[in-house]
Amino acid sequence: MAVPIQQKSTGARALQAWFNPLKRSAGFLAFVLMRVTGIGLVIYLLLHMVVIGNLLRGPEGWDALVATMKSPAVLVLDVILIAGILIHMLNGIRVTIIGLGFGTSSHKGIFWTLMAVAALLLAYSGWLVFTK
Amino acid sequence: MNQHGRFGPTRPITLKILRYKPGFIDPPRYDTFQVQADPLMTVLDALEEIKATADSTLLYRHSCHHASCGTCGMKVNGREQLACVARLVDEGTDEVVVEPLGSAPLVADLVVDMTPFALHMAPSGMALVRDSEFMPEAERPAGVERYTRYEDCIECNICLSACPVANTNPGFIGPAGLAAAYRALVTGERPAAEVFAYVDHDDGVWRCHSAMECSAVCPSDVQPGHKIMALRRELVAYKVKRFFKRG
Ligand code: HEM
Ligand code: SF4
Repeated sequence: MAVPIQQKSTGARALQAWFNPLKRSAGFLAFVLMRVTGIGLVIYLLLHMVVIGNLLRGPEGWDALVATMKSPAVLVLDVILIAGILIHMLNGIRVTIIGLGFGTSSHKGIFWTLMAVAALLLAYSGWLVFTK
Repeated sequence: MNQHGRFGPTRPITLKILRYKPGFIDPPRYDTFQVQADPLMTVLDALEEIKATADSTLLYRHSCHHASCGTCGMKVNGREQLACVARLVDEGTDEVVVEPLGSAPLVADLVVDMTPFALHMAPSGMALVRDSEFMPEAERPAGVERYTRYEDCIECNICLSACPVANTNPGFIGPAGLAAAYRALVTGERPAAEVFAYVDHDDGVWRCHSAMECSAVCPSDVQPGHKIMALRRELVAYKVKRFFKRG
């Protein structure tokens, strides 16, 4: 059944309008990435505080936790977190420059350049996470 | 089967059109129609053919047929275009999905209510007229290579439909209104303080999240996203100046 965006619930409308970069151009993709990573980072921050709360349970609890954190599965999550931080931070630079009215005509170039920097930094961080 | 049409070989294309008539086709559904599309057939040509030969109850808006009235904006395969210049074969798909614009209240089938758009646009105070390009007054002064004409806006509502923010914030002035405000500012048509009062609030220039999709879809090269950013620059400069004057 067809549901035009006007007839969708607020949540479904946001899902379609905010997170679907299909058929859209680079700036829209940047918007989607910013929103996804922004929300992801907030969720991470909350989780992080819960995890840090384990310190209250004394050295044993903490040591067990640190062991889990060093498992390859969690290291993969670390790399995803770093990717989110890099994308959000570098894209934040783009939003700030463009948002002040500078470099608007090259906004796509700025986006792809910053994302290339993110990819390089991510590759380096990934290597550090798994080898050091 | 491929045939030969007036403007070259034709190929069958299925149009999947969103249908909605409150109380009749309710909830909405898609209806499909097949047309033989020659290389020049536009989405609007196809809609007119369907209305004339298959379903006279199909509703859509159009007027000039040449991209200057801004009436026939709709989503073609998920991307906003003017139906009168969107060629079917250029879509490259055997099925072309045609849907109404987002961001504006749906009236019926492909028709949306343009009132909120007009209400957002009106306070910009922008003269909604386009002068002739052939008057002597329109000659470019020496040293000016090209005009960017803000009058280019044909008020089609396409930018609002493509804007991720306008789709969830009906109060947002939107790209077209903000671009018009920028024009009113730089041409001196309205005093800066008045223009800034219109745009300097949560649902004005600050609501934009720079997805720049309005600039990407605008059929008239207004580049509204770029104008929003330029407007912000002017507004920030204005505020900074005012701050230091006061101090
Ligand atoms: C690392 C440095 C960071 C920079 C440079 C940065 C920059 C920005 C900028 C410029 C925006 C506005 C985006 C827009 O207008 O569309 C933004 C939005 C946001 N940021 Fe950050 N940020 C950073 C870190 C963080 C962190 C650590 C969190 C979470 C704990 C976070 C959460 C968010 C959220 C939720 C949004 C809203 C996203 C949206 O509206 O789409 N940011 N950030
Ligand atoms: S700015 Fe462009 S897309 Fe928006 S209403 Fe005007 S012509 Fe249409």
